[in-house]
Amino acid sequence: MSTSVPQPKVDGVQPATPPTAPKPAPAAPAKPAVAAGVQPPTPSQPAPPPAPPPPNPLAHLPLPFKGVDYAAKGFHCEATVSPDQVVVVAEMLDKEGLALDTITGVDWLAEGQMEVVYDFFHPAKALRVVVRTRIPRDNPEIPSIHKVFPGANWHERETHDFFGIRFLGHPNLTPFLLPEDADYHPLRKDYAA
Amino acid sequence: MIVKDQLKTELSADGAPRETFVINLGPQHPATHGVLRVKMTMDGEYIVRAEPVCGYIHRMQEKMGENRTYAQFLPNTSRIDYLSAMTYTHGFVGAVERAAKLQVPPRAEYIRVITSELNRISSHLVWWGAFLMDLGGFTPMLYAFDDREKILDLLEGITGSRLTYSYYRIGGLYNDVDDTFINGTRAFVAQMRPRLKMYRDLVTDNIIFRKRLIDIGPISKEMCRKYGATGPVIRGSGVPYDVRRIEPYSVYSEFDFIIPTFEECDSMARYLVRMEEMAQSLRIIEQALDKLPAGPVMVEKVPRVLKLPAGDYCYAVEAARGRFSVRIVSDNKEIPYRVKLRTPSLSNLSLFEEASQGMLLPDALALMGSLDLVIPDIDR
Amino acid sequence: MIQAIQHSLFAWWPEPLRLVLFLVAILSFVGLNAAYLVWVERKGAGRFQRRPGPTEVGYAGLLQPIADALKLMTKQLIVPAGADTTLFRLAPLLMMSPALMSLAVIPWGQSLAARNINVGLLMIFAFGAINVMAIMLGGWSSRNKYAIISAARVVSQNVAYEIPMLLVVITMIMVTGTMNLTEIVTQQAGGFWHWNLFRVWVNPLMPATFLIFFTCMLAETNRAPFDMAEAESELVAGAYTEYAGMGFGVFFMAEYANILLGCALGTALFLGGWQSPVGILPGVVWFLLKMYFLIFSVVWIRWTFPRTQFYGLLNLSWKILIPVSLVTLLLTSAMMKLVHA
Repeated sequence: MSTSVPQPKVDGVQPATPPTAPKPAPAAPAKPAVAAGVQPPTPSQPAPPPAPPPPNPLAHLPLPFKGVDYAAKGFHCEATVSPDQVVVVAEMLDKEGLALDTITGVDWLAEGQMEVVYDFFHPAKALRVVVRTRIPRDNPEIPSIHKVFPGANWHERETHDFFGIRFLGHPNLTPFLLPEDADYHPLRKDYAA
Repeated sequence: MIVKDQLKTELSADGAPRETFVINLGPQHPATHGVLRVKMTMDGEYIVRAEPVCGYIHRMQEKMGENRTYAQFLPNTSRIDYLSAMTYTHGFVGAVERAAKLQVPPRAEYIRVITSELNRISSHLVWWGAFLMDLGGFTPMLYAFDDREKILDLLEGITGSRLTYSYYRIGGLYNDVDDTFINGTRAFVAQMRPRLKMYRDLVTDNIIFRKRLIDIGPISKEMCRKYGATGPVIRGSGVPYDVRRIEPYSVYSEFDFIIPTFEECDSMARYLVRMEEMAQSLRIIEQALDKLPAGPVMVEKVPRVLKLPAGDYCYAVEAARGRFSVRIVSDNKEIPYRVKLRTPSLSNLSLFEEASQGMLLPDALALMGSLDLVIPDIDR
Repeated sequence: MIQAIQHSLFAWWPEPLRLVLFLVAILSFVGLNAAYLVWVERKGAGRFQRRPGPTEVGYAGLLQPIADALKLMTKQLIVPAGADTTLFRLAPLLMMSPALMSLAVIPWGQSLAARNINVGLLMIFAFGAINVMAIMLGGWSSRNKYAIISAARVVSQNVAYEIPMLLVVITMIMVTGTMNLTEIVTQQAGGFWHWNLFRVWVNPLMPATFLIFFTCMLAETNRAPFDMAEAESELVAGAYTEYAGMGFGVFFMAEYANILLGCALGTALFLGGWQSPVGILPGVVWFLLKMYFLIFSVVWIRWTFPRTQFYGLLNLSWKILIPVSLVTLLLTSAMMKLVHA
C-alpha cells in the first residue's frame, strides 16, 4: 500500500560553498584547503566578476518579486508590497499552488513602523516566498487574508496578540495564546515586562 | 442533569431544529496530549463545532529569543517540542550557521542526521503508544516505551540528557560520539526492525483498530495546502512534501530513502505514514553509520561574541510533526532582533475545526490523535 | 465423600438457617472475588504489558486489593451540588444487588445451589435488566455532561446486546429443555464430549453460539472492547465520573460481580458446570477452574484489543449477532424437530 512517488528534482539550488577570503599577497596560489574550484585571486589579476543575481521563480507574476540567494537567506524570492495589496498577492500565490507557512510581525520601533511578514511554501517544489509589508506603528491595520487561506486565521490572531496589529475583516480577533483578558502586546519593543 | 437553559436550539443544515450543548474537552483530559482545551458544541454525539482554545502552556519563547544571545537561546529550542528536541535545535543552529556562513564539518553533519533520526523514531513511538491509548488499547504504550528506553539510553551516553538534548552547538556538536554509541545504535537498528514487524502484525492488522481509523477524518490535499499542514498530515493526503527531500539541508541529499506517501487522506493513511517513516529512519541511520567520516565535530573558530549580519534568515527542518522553520531577524547585535518559530502542530491543529464538523466524538478524537499534536509546540 | 460431608454438616439444619448460611457464603465469595479479581486484572495487565504489576503490598501484591478497599472506604462520599441525591446514592446499590441475587441460582457444585428454582435462567436475565437502569441512573443523576453521554451510550449498548444474548439462551433452553440450571448441568454428565459446547448434532452452530454468548457477556458487563460507557480517553470515567470513595468502589465491585456471574453462567450453560472430565476432584473445584479460565480470557481480551467505535459496536450487534443468533435458533429448532422428534 505504500507508494514511493518519484521525487521532483530540486532545481536551481546548490549547497552552499563558503566564499573563501582572498589570500594575502605573498602566499602561493591555490592552497589545498580551498573549497571546490574557486581560485583565490593573485594581486595581478582583477577581482572576479560579481555573481549574477539569483533567478526569480515568480517572474511570470505581475508582482515585484526578486530572486534571493537561497543558500544565504533560506528563501527563494521576496517582495515588499503595500498593505492594501496583500489580499491580491495572496490570491495570486494561492493560484500558483503555494501554501501558507506563517504570518508574523517585526516591530521596527526606531522607524515607527511594523512589518508584517507572510511566508509561503510550495508543497511540490523548492519554492519559498516571503511577502513583506510595512504599516505605521501607531495605527497598525492591514486587511486579513483568511478568506484566501483559512490557515491565516490563527496566525493573524497570534500576530495581533503579540503586536497589536488589527487585521481588518478577521472574524474573531480575540487573544489566541495570551489570556482572554489580555490588553498588552508583549513583542512590541516598548513593552516592559 | 443538563439544565434546560444550557441547551440551545439551533437549526441544523436541513432546517430542522436541534438542541446543542457545549462540552469542554480539557485542558485536563486523558486524550488531549498536553493542555489543550477544545470547546465542543455537541448535538448528542455529533460535533457541531469544535473550537480549540490554546495558550495554556504559552511561555513566550519568542520574547525570550529577543533577550538572549544565540547560544543562550539554544536550550529553549529543545523545549518547544520536547519529543523531537534534536530537530528543533537543528533548525535554530542551522539558521544561525546559515547567517554566519559557518561550514559545519562533515562528521558533525552525519552525527546530526543520526541523532535527528533516532529522535524521530522515539517521537513516533510516543505518538504510537499515546494514540493507541486514546483508542482504548492500553498495552502497546508499554511496548513502545520499551524501545524508546533503548534510544534514550543511547542518546544519554553522548548528550547527557534523555529528553531535551542541547546537543548541537552553533558550528557543530558539543561532544563527539564514541564506539559505545555506534555499536549500540547498530544493535538498536537490528532489533527494532522485527519489533516494527510485530507492531504491524499485532496492531496495524487488527480488525477493530482498522475499523476505527479507515475512512475516518478525511483531510483533503486542498485543505492541507490552505492551512499549511505539513508532515505526516500532508503526506497522508497524497502530497510527498518532506523538507528533507524538497529543501535538502544538512547531508540528507546523500541518503537513499523514500518518502512514504498515502493517497487515502484518512487517519489510517497518516498512521501508516508514521509507521513507514520509522522504518525509513532506520535505513537512514544505517547508511549514515556506514558513511560516517572521521574529523572534527566543531568549526575551528566560532566567534565568542557571535553577531549576525543585519537582515533576516530562515532555516527549515523536517521535525517529527512536520515542517519546523526558524526566522531570525538580526540588526548586527549579539542578541537577535526577532526570532520567529514556525511550528508544525499549530498549522496542523488549525484545520481541526473545519475537519471535525459533523463527526462523532470518538472519530474526532481519532482524528486529533492522528494529527500528532504536542501542545507546547502550538503554544510555544 | 464430599457429598457425605456436606450432607452430615448441613442436612439437619433448619431451612432458614441454611439459607442464611448460603447467603453469607455467596456474599463473602462475591466480595472476596470482586476484590481479588482486581488483583488478577492488575497482575494480568502488568504481565501483558511486560511489567510485573503490583508487587509491593504483601507477597506478589496479594494484599493490594485490601489496601485499595481500605483507601476507598476512608474517602469522603461527595455528592455533587445539584445532583439528585437519592438516585445518585441508589445507583451503585442497584448495580450490585442483581448480581448477588442471581448468584443464588448458580449450581456451584453437586448440591451447592442456594435455590434450585425451575425458572433460574429467566430469573437471572430478569435481574440482569436492572443493571442497565442502574448505570443510567448513575449517569443521569450526576449532573455531569460526560456522565449523560455515557448513560445514553450504555442504554443503547446494553439493549442492543441483550437481544442476541437472550436469543442464544433461548436456543440453549430448547436444546436442554429446561430453565433449571441445576438440571442443565446434570444433563452434561459423563465425559467432556457431553458438554453443551460440543452438542453439535442438536445445534450445528454451537461453538458460534458460545462465542455470541461470550461477546454479549462482554458487552453487557461493559468490558473492553465494549467499554464505551467508561471510555477513559473520551469521557474521563463516563457514568462513574462524579462518584468518589466507596460509591465508585461499589460500582467497581459490581462490575466484577457481573463478570463473575456471566462467566459462571457460561460455565453452567456451555462448559458442563461442575462436571469433571476426569472425575477426581469435587465438582466445585472444576466449576471454579472453568469459571476462572473464562474470567482470565475476559481480562486477556481487555488488555489486547483497542476499543470499537460506538456505531461499530451497535452494528456488530444489530447487523451480525442478531441475524446469526436467529439463524442458530431456527436451525436448532429444525434439527430438533427433524432429528430428535
